[in-house]
Amino acid sequence: MSRLIVLPWSKSVEIAYKSIRARFFRSIVTTVTLVLAVSFLAFSQISINIADGMLASGDNTTCQTLIRCGYDVLPGDTSLASSPKQRWILTLSMLVCIVGIINAQLMSVSERFREIGTMKCLGALDRFIVRIFVMEAAMQGFAGAVIGALGGGLFAVLTAWFRFGSEAFATPPYQSFVLSMATSVLIGISLSLIGVLYPAIIASRMQPVEAMRVEQ
Amino acid sequence: MSVKNIVRVTDVTKDFDLGKIVVKVLKGIDLSIETGKYVSIMGPSGSGKSTIFNMIGGLDKPTAGKVFIDEVDIAQLDAYELAWLRCRKIGYIFQTFNLIPVMTALENVTLPMTFGGMPGEASTERGMKLLRQVGLEGRHNHKPSELSGGQQQRVAVARALANSPAIILADEPTGNLDLATGEEVISLLKEMSANQGVTVISATHDFKMLNVSDQVIWIRDGKVEKIQERDELEIHTGGMNS
Repeated sequence: MSRLIVLPWSKSVEIAYKSIRARFFRSIVTTVTLVLAVSFLAFSQISINIADGMLASGDNTTCQTLIRCGYDVLPGDTSLASSPKQRWILTLSMLVCIVGIINAQLMSVSERFREIGTMKCLGALDRFIVRIFVMEAAMQGFAGAVIGALGGGLFAVLTAWFRFGSEAFATPPYQSFVLSMATSVLIGISLSLIGVLYPAIIASRMQPVEAMRVEQ
Repeated sequence: MSVKNIVRVTDVTKDFDLGKIVVKVLKGIDLSIETGKYVSIMGPSGSGKSTIFNMIGGLDKPTAGKVFIDEVDIAQLDAYELAWLRCRKIGYIFQTFNLIPVMTALENVTLPMTFGGMPGEASTERGMKLLRQVGLEGRHNHKPSELSGGQQQRVAVARALANSPAIILADEPTGNLDLATGEEVISLLKEMSANQGVTVISATHDFKMLNVSDQVIWIRDGKVEKIQERDELEIHTGGMNS
C-alpha cells in the first residue's frame, strides 16, 4: 500500500481559481497594486524605446524635437538610457508594490486560517498549502502584469503621439516593444510571487490545532 | 474474534505554557478504545476532553506519554505519514463544521479523496453516494453558506467518511445544533458506526450522546474519572431511557 498523499496540478489550479473568484474584491485590490506598478514600468520602458527609435532614424530634426522635449541627446548617442532618477523611482515603486502585495496576502492568509487548518486535518501537506497560494498569486500576477503592461504601453504610445506627432512612429522599434512588454510582464509575475511566498510559508507551517483555535 | 484496540493512550500529559504560568490540562490519561465501538468522552468544559481529542487525532503532540493508533506510535511518524494517517485512517467532525466555504458540498466531500489519490470520476461517484447516505441528495451543488447548520454537519459527516476511515473523531458534533438536528446527526453517526464498523469517538457534554454510546469515558480535571460500559449507564435524561 503506498502511503502517498497527492494533489494533482489541475486540482490545485482549480482550487486557486475558485478561491480567487470567491474573494473577487480582495483579489482585485491585490491585482490593482500590481497593475499600477507594472504599467509604470512598461510606460517608462516603451517611452525609451520610442525615443530610441526616433534617434535611430538619424534625422536631425527628429533629434532636435527630442532635445526640445527634454531628452539629453549627445552627438553620437545611439540609445537613450533611463536616467538614474527614473531608475530609482522605478525601483521604489516595485518595492512599494511588493510590500502592498505581502500585506494583502497576509490578510488573506489570516482570513483563511480555519480553511487551512481544515485542509491539513483532511491530510493536506504543507506544500499543498504553499502551492495553492502560489498558484493564486501566479494567476493574479499574470492578469495584473498583462493588463498593466498593455495599459502602460498604450499610455506611452499615446503620450509619444501627443508630444512628437507622427514623427515618433516613422521607424518604430517593434522588437524592443515586444521585449519591453515581455520584461514588464515577467517582472510583474515575479513581484506577485515574491509577495506571496512569505505569507504562504507562514500559512503552511501552522499546526492544525492552532489554525482551528482562531476565532472567526 | 479477539478484541483489538484501535486507539491506545498511555500516561499522556499535556501542559500549556502560557508564559507566566503553566497550565496542566491533562494529568496522565490511560485509555484503550476497541475497534468498532461508539465511544463518548464526556466531561465539563475545561476538563481537557478537547485536548485529549486533539491528541488522538494527531492534531497536537502530548507533553509526555504516547498515543497509539492501530498500534503505531504517532509521535514516531514523519509529516508525510501523519498526513496519510489524517487522510486515510481518521475522519474528523468539528463543532463548527469547518467546511471549506468556497467549495460546494460535493467538492468538500471529495477533497480528502483527491488527497488520497482517487481519480476524479470515481471520487465524484463516491461523493454523491455519501451525500445520498447522509440524506443530502440534490444538494451537492450548494455552498456551505447555502445550507443549514444541520445540513452542513451532514456534509461534514460525509466528508469524514470519504476515505473509509477506521476512526471517526467528532469534537462536540452537536454543539452548534438544535436538539432535533443534533439527534439526527447523532443517529447518523450511530448508523455509520453500526453499518460500516467504524470506531466513533466523540468528545461531548451532550447527554443525548449517552443513549447511543457503547462506552462512556468520563474526564474530570485532566484525569479519567470513570469508564462505563453501556449496560452500566443509568440514564435519567427525560424520555431517553433505554
